[in-house]
Amino acid sequence: MNRIDVVSRRGFLGTVFSAGAFVLGAQILPEDALADGTSGAPAWQPTVYLGLEPDGRVIITAHRSEMGTGIRTALPMVLADELDVDWKKVTIAQAIGDKKYGDQNTDGSTSIRSFYDIMRQSGATARLMLERAAAQQWGVPASQCKARDGQVTAGSHKASYGELAALAAKQPVPKKEELKYKTPAEFKYIGKGVPITDQPDIVAGKAVFGLDARVPGMVYASIEHAPVFGGTVRSVDDSEARKVRGVQRVERIAAFKPPYAFQPLGGVAVIADNTWAAMQGRKKLKVNWDLGANTAYDSTSYKKSLFETVRKPQKVARNVGDVDAEFAKGGTIHEAEYYAPMLSHAPMEPVNAVAEFKDGKVTAWAPTQNPQAVQDTVAQALGIKSQDVTCHVTLLGGGFGRKSKPDYVAEAALLSKQVGKPVQVVWSREDDIQFDFFHAVAAMYMKASVDAKGRPTAWLQRCAFPPIESQNDVTARYGGFEQGMGWSDVPFDIPHQRAENGPAEAHVRIGWLRSVANIYHAFAVQSFADELAAAANRDRVEYLLDLVGKPRTLDVQSIPPNTPGYALDTGRARKVIEAVADKSGWARKKSGPGHGYGLAFHRSFQTYVAAVVEVEIDSKGAVRIPRVDYAVDTGLVVHPDRVISQFEGAAVFGAGLALMGEITAQNGRIQQSNYHNYPVARINEAPREVHVHLMQNDAPPAGVGEPGVPPMAPALCNAIFAATGKRIRELPIKKTKLV
Amino acid sequence: MIELKVNGASRKFDGDPDMPLLWYLRDLLELTGTKFGCGMGVCGSCTVHVNGAAQRSCVTSVKDVAGKDVTTIEGLDKNHAHPVQAAWQKANVAQCGYCQAGQIMQAAALLKQKPRPTDEDIDQAMAGNICRCGTYQRIRQAIHMAAGVKA
Ligand code: FES
Ligand code: FES
Repeated sequence: MNRIDVVSRRGFLGTVFSAGAFVLGAQILPEDALADGTSGAPAWQPTVYLGLEPDGRVIITAHRSEMGTGIRTALPMVLADELDVDWKKVTIAQAIGDKKYGDQNTDGSTSIRSFYDIMRQSGATARLMLERAAAQQWGVPASQCKARDGQVTAGSHKASYGELAALAAKQPVPKKEELKYKTPAEFKYIGKGVPITDQPDIVAGKAVFGLDARVPGMVYASIEHAPVFGGTVRSVDDSEARKVRGVQRVERIAAFKPPYAFQPLGGVAVIADNTWAAMQGRKKLKVNWDLGANTAYDSTSYKKSLFETVRKPQKVARNVGDVDAEFAKGGTIHEAEYYAPMLSHAPMEPVNAVAEFKDGKVTAWAPTQNPQAVQDTVAQALGIKSQDVTCHVTLLGGGFGRKSKPDYVAEAALLSKQVGKPVQVVWSREDDIQFDFFHAVAAMYMKASVDAKGRPTAWLQRCAFPPIESQNDVTARYGGFEQGMGWSDVPFDIPHQRAENGPAEAHVRIGWLRSVANIYHAFAVQSFADELAAAANRDRVEYLLDLVGKPRTLDVQSIPPNTPGYALDTGRARKVIEAVADKSGWARKKSGPGHGYGLAFHRSFQTYVAAVVEVEIDSKGAVRIPRVDYAVDTGLVVHPDRVISQFEGAAVFGAGLALMGEITAQNGRIQQSNYHNYPVARINEAPREVHVHLMQNDAPPAGVGEPGVPPMAPALCNAIFAATGKRIRELPIKKTKLV
Repeated sequence: MIELKVNGASRKFDGDPDMPLLWYLRDLLELTGTKFGCGMGVCGSCTVHVNGAAQRSCVTSVKDVAGKDVTTIEGLDKNHAHPVQAAWQKANVAQCGYCQAGQIMQAAALLKQKPRPTDEDIDQAMAGNICRCGTYQRIRQAIHMAAGVKA
């Protein structure tokens, strides 16, 4: 349910719109609230603002963060289409962090899913109000007035939206039932796309990312954090650091109080005239650390303990039938164990922020996925109110989940308060990789009994990984919403199935990385399915379709993060598997020594994705990926080019992680530090061609930014098996000698 | 005192001569189009032209460019319409866009040397430039589009 209303200028605290503008606000309300906002409704806090200016400009606020998905373009485009205005007249105003925009956390691939409807409703509402304003002005029935392409016409009457703005603002807001939506055939932009708003500035070097924010009088800070998570400062000798040319002062930041949540880690900051001087000064610090409780964290022994956990019965996450009884019958049993390492986000732009503390209030400029969390985190760190924190959202040089955790903005705010100047905190790449909120390491154990055709009769899967909930609860050991990410919702038609999850303790900060737990879950499930198919010597497409079974609806909606209204439909799963087989020419492609094809299917963020990966292995064992085919059912596609580009990028991201991504700890210290020892895919290593086949579908739009990642690792490993006979059960692939 | 040219303008610098060109450009000249990605010459985000050749500004100190001509993304073309920039827009290359100034500078330098690069040439010339968003396919496409167009 959405509430849409005219916003009086006083009702909008910003300076986005002029006094004469017709401004509509729209807010998503809980299901049980009344549309007029009189009952059960939260306070009037619109998410979407649309302004029609008397001079003809159309201003639409973008309340989501732009990190490369094109969302700053795509959502306003939906509104502009329904309103029927020329895209060239539209200006996008980036929203600051403010509860008045409703939920702004750009995470979980939700932006289009959550806001598509309200964008269309807002556009249709404004269009009808413009028609009614015209009717009133000309004294003709509203039914004769047609709003199209920025103007309303009726017979010989004609007026632009801008000319009608003032009168439109005085019209009663129409009820939802009165609205007339465009038919898909009438769409001008939806399903076709428009130029990406930020492209011209990006190629000119003018786009402003967080690191480019410049505030008069600002100073630069580089921060030394404890080398082991949870360490604290015993003492600091900063005498040499202070001698470095350009260094102004050295400041402490207090250590966080568990649970760590989004708090700053704490440490010692060198403040200087420029970034270089701050970094040089920091090298001269002599900090005596109390390293704390995590110095025994070692990836090798931790891996062992994860495997010990998954070899024993654990907490049941989902149960169908009775796997134990089925296994007890004997017959053919297959078992396999899989391992996926810890990973770091490593967005090209390391985390950074500018903050200015003045008169008890903070203004921040930050590349953040979650400006309201910035408000709350900064407020908590400084002991002020959230409304006294203003967060300007810059462009993000990549986010991938890291930039929804605003510890770095709180660092800048604390330092600004301490030094009395605006401060830019700049994390080095080493800081960024070593003090990340890491993607969890995971171990998985799989077991299946199969019938004479190799089809599973019982299927058991067990996993263990340090959970994200450790952010908020020091005692957390079990997965929470991670279970709904490709573990409790495996869509196979097997009479006896059980998914389990064992405990694991976190010794570093754990966070979510592009597609989260789907990465390791899909790796185990889709690799194991391929193992069973190989053992049965069956065609992979035919086998996977057999596993998925008949078209039916699975009741996984109650498992977070699945959303009501998005049931798991195995018919759609089948269709993407069939489509990717067709488009990749699967039936004609034959794997042989050194050259193979692999298949995987995974549904995440309500999007169904099947991938076929082609690999070439040379005589030295180097892996090349000439081609990836994706078939994608993401429901209604709003901006096809940006959907395709997200999948192109996901193929590179997913392949890079699978081939070479690994973070390890020894004595509690992270052993990788920069792109030389935490490599990511480069142009010569990335898939050469990625073909994205979008299914035509009017189902509600689903997530796009993440779901291309999970099928990559298993499809790639399945292809390597086809080419070499070597089964990769441990990522990254580079650890296995292929020849 | 170090003298150099940045985007055609003469500049004098009397700070720490070891300061990397990257931070001189970004913090002192406020030419923020050149980006920081790794600080050790392995990502290419900071790529500029020094006397016309691509160079990583994070591992090039200001004293190394004394008397030389530095061109940044801001100065590549006064209308920001260099064939590489035009091709980049046409192919909608950028996702987040952060790496793209470095990619464009690297590609422009490549095309100056090899007006018609092969895929192998592109792999070689561009392998030092990371794009974490994974836009490589379109980078390759845009370089081929720009090839042969007069700069
Ligand atoms: S910042 Fe210079 S190469 Fe990475
Ligand atoms: S476009 Fe984001 S890093 Fe290249």
